[in-house]
Amino acid sequence: MLGALALLLIAAPSAFADFFTPENKGGSRNADDIQTLFVIAMIIGGVIFAGVEGVLVYSLIRFRRRRGGPEPAQIRGNTPLEMGWTVGAAVIVAILAVITFAFLGGITTPERSLPSGATAGNALQVASIDQASVPGGHSLEIHVNGQQYLWRYDYPAVRGQQVFGYYDMYVPVGTTVTLKITSSDVAHSWWIPKLGGKADAIPGHTNSTWFRINRPGIYTGECAELCGEGHADMRARVIAVPPAQFQAWLVRQAADIKDAQAKLSLARQIRGEGNP
Amino acid sequence: MEAATLVADARPEIVVRGIRERPTGWTSWLTTTDHKRIGLLYLFTTFVFFILGGVEALLMRLQLAQPNSTLLEPKTYNELVTMHGTTMVFLFVVPVLAGFGNYLVPLMIGARDMAFPRLNALSYWLFLGGGLVFYASVFFTPPSAGWTSYAPLSDNAFLPDNGIDAWIFLIHLTGISSLLGAINFTATIHNMRARGMSWGRMPVFVWTILVYSYLLILALPAVAAAVTMLLTDRHFGTAFFDNTGGGDPLLWQHLFWFFGHPEVYIMALPAFGMISEILPVFARKPLFGYKAVVASAAAITFLSMLVWAHHMFPTPTATVVLAFFMLSSFAIAVPTGIKIFNWLATLWRGTIVMKTPLFFAAGFLSMFVIGGISGVVLAIFPVDWYFNDTYFVVAHIHYVLFGGSVFAIFAGLYYWFPKMSGRMLSEGLGRLSFLLMFVGFNLTFLVQHSLGLEGMPRRIYRYPDYSNWPALNLISTVGAFVLGVGVLVTVVNVLISMRSGTRAGNDPWQANTLEWFTQSPPPENNFDVVPRVRSVEPMKDIRRDVARRAGRAAETVSQPVTTGAT
Repeated sequence: MLGALALLLIAAPSAFADFFTPENKGGSRNADDIQTLFVIAMIIGGVIFAGVEGVLVYSLIRFRRRRGGPEPAQIRGNTPLEMGWTVGAAVIVAILAVITFAFLGGITTPERSLPSGATAGNALQVASIDQASVPGGHSLEIHVNGQQYLWRYDYPAVRGQQVFGYYDMYVPVGTTVTLKITSSDVAHSWWIPKLGGKADAIPGHTNSTWFRINRPGIYTGECAELCGEGHADMRARVIAVPPAQFQAWLVRQAADIKDAQAKLSLARQIRGEGNP
Repeated sequence: MEAATLVADARPEIVVRGIRERPTGWTSWLTTTDHKRIGLLYLFTTFVFFILGGVEALLMRLQLAQPNSTLLEPKTYNELVTMHGTTMVFLFVVPVLAGFGNYLVPLMIGARDMAFPRLNALSYWLFLGGGLVFYASVFFTPPSAGWTSYAPLSDNAFLPDNGIDAWIFLIHLTGISSLLGAINFTATIHNMRARGMSWGRMPVFVWTILVYSYLLILALPAVAAAVTMLLTDRHFGTAFFDNTGGGDPLLWQHLFWFFGHPEVYIMALPAFGMISEILPVFARKPLFGYKAVVASAAAITFLSMLVWAHHMFPTPTATVVLAFFMLSSFAIAVPTGIKIFNWLATLWRGTIVMKTPLFFAAGFLSMFVIGGISGVVLAIFPVDWYFNDTYFVVAHIHYVLFGGSVFAIFAGLYYWFPKMSGRMLSEGLGRLSFLLMFVGFNLTFLVQHSLGLEGMPRRIYRYPDYSNWPALNLISTVGAFVLGVGVLVTVVNVLISMRSGTRAGNDPWQANTLEWFTQSPPPENNFDVVPRVRSVEPMKDIRRDVARRAGRAAETVSQPVTTGAT
């Protein structure tokens, strides 16, 4: 047990440093706002925690039975006091509700893309990049499909050519990405911690979330809903690259897919199976 | 002399056509309808399941002690996840409270048994049957869809083996058991209270068993319907939860949590009741705000039916619905907070007797607060989008259910064991057990908050060597074993004390409620004479009466330690 305590003492400072300043900032604004909201809630909760534990420990020490001490006063209640803490508790949660609603817009409404973000045009014709859900700006919609045990990403914005990928999701920086999430077998949950909250992938339903990454980088996550034996290995990466590089990836991916599909249909023709 | 009296006042003869011989030995336990024996059967059986569920938890913690562990197969891990959760909820916490309720409610209200003794026995045997069919699946294929068995994973398209069917069977059997038990409790409490025990004089534990029973009656039909639909989906071609057939997987989540969230309070309310009985006795002071404590239990019961979708915040659901469930979950924090403040006020300016039940009760208070606060944090739905299905939630439920309910159950065990066995549990072993459990519990679960913050999802059988995950998981595993040793110390304590503990006498704690009026252990008929109840603390009145008749100051009887010298 002493060993366990020693371990705790060694690990606690680092653990608690994370507890109050989570390192999952700096991906997308919605994730940052969720963190801020959490920290505010934790500060309020921390005050209540300190108060309750303080009174508890103080009572246990100060009011221990001592030999020869007087019989305690048989107090059965105190209506003003009880009314007071009932109203107090209600006020605290009401304040918390107001704060939450203040933050809600920033978390659920997608931001505008930056001027430097990916735009229509270039090598592949990317159409319908403007979405009603994103105020004023352009955005990129990606369809996410959870399957035991991988994630598939379709880029429906690319006209006349199918572009999709698995595991790694390539996105342009500075561009608002909206995700339409579903599943084709069991329930999964899409979650990249630095890029916002979870969105469950439920068969027959379409869920949505968004993010906008401002700096190139790789953001990792994994499925957050028990989906079977391979649940722990159902990981995902979002790879944010500059818009030019993203366009190049789209072209390459489109070509690769076209090539693979041509080979597949050729193989089927040879085997006499006809076109799929 | 006895015979002479009988002859002297002759009365109409009562003809007995034959007395069935009373079973003795082990058969007496099979055929018993005595609420105390049934209560003990419940307590014994549930503790066996508690140990089994604990071993499953330790196996999982062993697997997670280091990154990329290969100790367990992923399927085995998922089975352990499912067995552990299901065991602790359906085979330990809910029925152990039924066990305490069975043993204590008739004694506390001055009744000679439950309203329907045979139904009571049926409840127990159905519960045991449910546990046995569920654990029989260990020899075939245990269920592996988690204790929530989310569709469509639990559908036969994805898990065709029979584990899920064993799980469905368990839900049905324990469900019927709990329903019958709940009906029995309500009938008993409504009709069989001692003379003078008005609603306002009923012990808080009895109140909480009453609302626990109502909540069971309200919540269980939803899950019974859901698992029946799952059964027909699996075997008879229906598609309630299959979107390709016109059903909806979200329907399962709604039905399950419509039961599942009240279930949390079903597991918490009687624990609150125990704490409300124990704190005043050891603070030597009445419960602060009896009416507020009872009213808040009723408020929690009502509100607990309105918060279920806070388990489903990341599902595709309209924001206005999410906001409603956030606000209703916030609302439930108010009566819960009231209870905590009332308990603190009960301790305040008392003369606190430091015995094992008090340690566990104080431990309960200190940890339940953490679970309550993290619960409010999780109710903020955008924040829950981050924490849902992470170790933060695992930490939260364990602070509520283990730090909360289980510590209260241990407080109750140390408090009522003298009544049940006639002997005291060892104080030294009790304190050792508390210390190990308290340290072990916090070691295990405090760091899991951090794991959740760092993004570790729950129910994963292995994790990469990422950030602080290995260190935090190792701490958690070490803590779990400390906790396990702590539980074992209590088991040893019970085994030793049953035979050789000091004799308890009727009322070892100078307590307040009627169960302490009778002998320890109580005779089969509980009371020869049921005293008239004149307040919420009938035993205090009785001790005062006895003292007055003996011509001594009341304090010298009820307070053996205090002397007049100040």
